Amino acid sequence: MFYREAGQFKTSYQADNQIFPIRQDRIGMALLLLAAFIGVPSLASDYAFSAIFIPFLIFSLAALGLNILTGYAGQLSLGSAAFMAVGAFASYNFVLRIPGIPILLAFVLGGVSAAMVGIAFGLPSLRIRGFYLAAATLATQFFVVWCLTKIQWFTNYSASGVITAQEITIHGFAFTTPLKKYLLTLVIVCVMAILAKNMVRSNVGRSWMAVRDMDVAAEVIGFRLMRTKLLAFAVSSFYCGIAGALYAYAYLGTVEPEAYNLDLSFRILFMIIIGGVGSILGSFLGSAFIVLLPVVLNLVAHGLSLPTNVASNLELMVFGALIIFFLIVEPHGLARLWQIAKEKLRLWPFPH
Amino acid sequence: MSLNFFFEVLIGGLLSGVMYALVALGFVLIYKASGVFNFAQGAMVFFAALTCVGLSEQFDLSLWVAIPLTMLVMVVLGLAIEKVVLRPLVNQPEITLFMATIGLTFFIEGLAQLIWGSQPHKLSLPIEDVPIEFLMEKFNILVSQFDVIAALICALLVTALALLFSKTKIGRALRAVADDHQAALSVGIPLQQIWGIVWTVAGFVALVAGLLWGARNGVQFALTFVALKALPVLILGGFTSVPGAIVGGLIIGASEKLAEVYIGPLVGGGIEGWFPYVLALLFLLVRPEGLFGEKIIRRI
Repeated sequence: MFYREAGQFKTSYQADNQIFPIRQDRIGMALLLLAAFIGVPSLASDYAFSAIFIPFLIFSLAALGLNILTGYAGQLSLGSAAFMAVGAFASYNFVLRIPGIPILLAFVLGGVSAAMVGIAFGLPSLRIRGFYLAAATLATQFFVVWCLTKIQWFTNYSASGVITAQEITIHGFAFTTPLKKYLLTLVIVCVMAILAKNMVRSNVGRSWMAVRDMDVAAEVIGFRLMRTKLLAFAVSSFYCGIAGALYAYAYLGTVEPEAYNLDLSFRILFMIIIGGVGSILGSFLGSAFIVLLPVVLNLVAHGLSLPTNVASNLELMVFGALIIFFLIVEPHGLARLWQIAKEKLRLWPFPH
Repeated sequence: MSLNFFFEVLIGGLLSGVMYALVALGFVLIYKASGVFNFAQGAMVFFAALTCVGLSEQFDLSLWVAIPLTMLVMVVLGLAIEKVVLRPLVNQPEITLFMATIGLTFFIEGLAQLIWGSQPHKLSLPIEDVPIEFLMEKFNILVSQFDVIAALICALLVTALALLFSKTKIGRALRAVADDHQAALSVGIPLQQIWGIVWTVAGFVALVAGLLWGARNGVQFALTFVALKALPVLILGGFTSVPGAIVGGLIIGASEKLAEVYIGPLVGGGIEGWFPYVLALLFLLVRPEGLFGEKIIRRI
């Protein structure tokens, strides 16, 4: 009854091309942004910021990056954490070695460095595909983490390999409290999400999807395979790189190679599987799910007062079982569920 | 460095390569027969080893009783996986099945540690880990007896599996299923039964691998990482080839150890973690389907 586009006529090309063509969507989005920018900051506690909201936003960004590569361009990657690590370490070194560099510029440069590494490790995708490629991207994961551990220059010769991230300061304004970090992260994520949304509905995104659906056919109809695939790798790694920098600066507060292990890569992969492969919204839903699940499971385990080692093993089991459950029930992820809900809502309450 | 040392490293590498091949074999079996890339193989190795040790420690059983019991458990596990996870996912894209097995990995790891606890165990097989005297005296090369026997067991297993695949009726059915599920069903091959057999065999291979690896490095969580060692073996040898797994394992094992000894000191060591991957990757650039993989023909 409420969610219906009847009577909303599009009278210009601009209106036809807008991101949210339905008025209710626009209102919903505005409300969501309002809640994120004003509602959450005024209600949430510091703990909620640093344990839930900041990681949620950062993982969303990383999932967005992986979704561009895997969901839109069809190249399965198990190395997203490596690109995050490159972003974080590059940002750290830019801030460290170029005095007075604006931190946002350092983040962007970190993202660009990650994109370079992404292009280098994306080259094999021109020859190999599918599982072979997935296993090959593991090379990125191990190689990058090894490099960052072994080559002391990256960690500025710190003895433990764990370095404290510099303070985030923009024009003399220091982002020190969780609230301020949250707002900074939120702004960055919003901007990048809009960019991603526009990218995937433009000709770039269409060329990615053509390659995903069948790369030989895409080549025949005139897409340059190399450019398209490497662009996907570059953009995806850029997103992951920025996410990695934020992960170090706004969430962990330290820069260390061990934080970007294979586990993190898998977590990000799960986010897009559970959220929905090939969907911008799905990256956010999946990230929310994976961030909230351990918190909820922890609460439940606490409520049942289980011993910690039993609880942590049960957590692993529930986590695994839920992934399988989701794949069986809805292989297209939470985003698809939301789509179905919208279809239903359109007809409600008169389904015929 | 002397030639003796080179051979010692080479033989050590080849023998550990056989162990990698053993794990890779589990992957190949399942991939060949059902098109599922079973990431949970490493977790299955861990689960098998832990169950075997747990049974023999907690109920004070001898190893010869514990091993068949574990085999039974692995059969039940394999059949349960087939029924609960794979059957509802029939006809889904390969990538979905792959994700499901990652979920399975977490589940099995959690389950194993929930039942048997997470502290590391020692597993002692009745094979001694001593250098072979004959080689020691004659050529002054240190080769462990344990490694040689482990390699022999692997060779036996591989021969048996190769024969199973090429000579028996079950083997023919397996290959038919691998080629085309629907066609196999329509000529009357019982798909579910075949998958049950495959998962059982994979469970058996996991048990053997778990026992050998467990005896070598102790039964602990790190066993699950064995799967990560097997991946470069797989991409080098080809996902669909049993001999490929063996040859790939030998190449990876030998080159990894040699690289660690000869290149490692130049770059600060610890290159074992990524060297096999880079090697396999370089190889793939030349031959995208691996050494023995089926040639990929792409049509529109």
